[in-house]
Amino acid sequence: MTLTLWQRLDKTGRNLAPFAVTVMLALAGMIPVPLPGYASVAPFLTAIAVYYWAIHRPDLMGPGTAFLIGLLQDLLTGGPLGVNALVLVLVHWAVSSQRRVLVSSTFALMWFGFALVMMGVACIQWLAFTVLQAAVLPFKPALFQALLTMAFFPAVAWMLIRVHRAFLQG
Amino acid sequence: MKPRNSGSVVRLAAPLRALAQRFSFLLLVLASVALMMVGKIDALSVDSARARVTDAFAPILDAISRPAATAAHVVESVVQVQNAFEENQRLKAENARLLQWKQAALRLEAENLSLRSLLKATPEPSSSFITARVIAAPGSSFLRTLVVTAGRRDGVRKGQAAIAGSGLVGRVIEVGEWSARILLLTDINTRIPVVLERSRQRAVMAGDNSDQTRLLYLPPEAPVQVGERVVTSGHGGQFPPGLPVGVVSSASERGVRVQPNVDLSRVEHLQLVEFALPGSEAEPSSEPK
Repeated sequence: MTLTLWQRLDKTGRNLAPFAVTVMLALAGMIPVPLPGYASVAPFLTAIAVYYWAIHRPDLMGPGTAFLIGLLQDLLTGGPLGVNALVLVLVHWAVSSQRRVLVSSTFALMWFGFALVMMGVACIQWLAFTVLQAAVLPFKPALFQALLTMAFFPAVAWMLIRVHRAFLQG
Repeated sequence: MKPRNSGSVVRLAAPLRALAQRFSFLLLVLASVALMMVGKIDALSVDSARARVTDAFAPILDAISRPAATAAHVVESVVQVQNAFEENQRLKAENARLLQWKQAALRLEAENLSLRSLLKATPEPSSSFITARVIAAPGSSFLRTLVVTAGRRDGVRKGQAAIAGSGLVGRVIEVGEWSARILLLTDINTRIPVVLERSRQRAVMAGDNSDQTRLLYLPPEAPVQVGERVVTSGHGGQFPPGLPVGVVSSASERGVRVQPNVDLSRVEHLQLVEFALPGSEAEPSSEPK
């Protein structure tokens, strides 16, 4: 079976959907929200996307892609280079080591798995910034960010499922 | 010969690929750590890469930040309509008070002018400003920066002061072609020489990523009162003296904390001001990043 040029373009475009959606989430996470104290606990949306795609389409969201998205986020947020890249690669690694359990699990179990991953993310972020600043930073904001991200998980996952069904199935 | 050759390549490549896959995580983790080190060592080229990427995404960030700002305006105007009566009363009282201050200011200005002419004092250095819109604020627990829509071609330079309404917000740390990044007062990397307005006690104001900032290097016996205004001292040549920064919100043994004048979470537009201070160009090395 040979594909025409348009079919191939269409397929490539569809296969780019996970990457594109994750980049859009990275940008959406930077919208200034005029709520006091929001910026420090703004949900880490790209972690949700990497977690979701690493479970359902690891062929379209490999560790290299996760790394690139993290790097882009590092460059955009103006933080130290490599921190988000490291975090997203480790999220991907955590998922792929437990993928067999997660891919056939219920939504609640997936959410629980994400909660565990997010606690790890908070610890790594805190550790990385503490080492890079050479000063002990308060852990609380990272913890609250993790909790808020867990709370955002169902909504973002629902959107990702819609994208998944619209572009990559059928 | 040829097929056998390619066959052996495949035979050689397959384990290599498996090995690469197995170690790709390790490689990527090492790459991240290496990037962190590069960022520490060669901050300048990382800054320029950052400025370029921010430039590239600035139009998108600009577009998606507008609906969010509009939604916030709608909510705010509803709240404002509810409070209109009280607000009106308060503003009337404030207006009466301000008119008195205006008279005082005019009188002092005239007096100042005549005294200056007597002393042949040099005039204040003129300042120019650029107004820019805030398009992004990184959602991170450990960073306090903003991205604004004005860059090199609008005249933005590294080190310029960012001012919004009633006080200092931060300073420019990174300049792209049409976007720039502001390091806020509350970021852990910020150090600003300040002076307490009434007691003339000098100190350094430092951020700690919370909504308030700390005063460092205050002598323990220094008389600090809650509510005292904190202004820039002008030392170091980065900012002109007398720029309002905040008010002392608490003073105890654990330290003195300052509430910035500007609500940093609600800044929408800010002015980037070039204060033509003598010698202000000569210190790009004072970047704490």
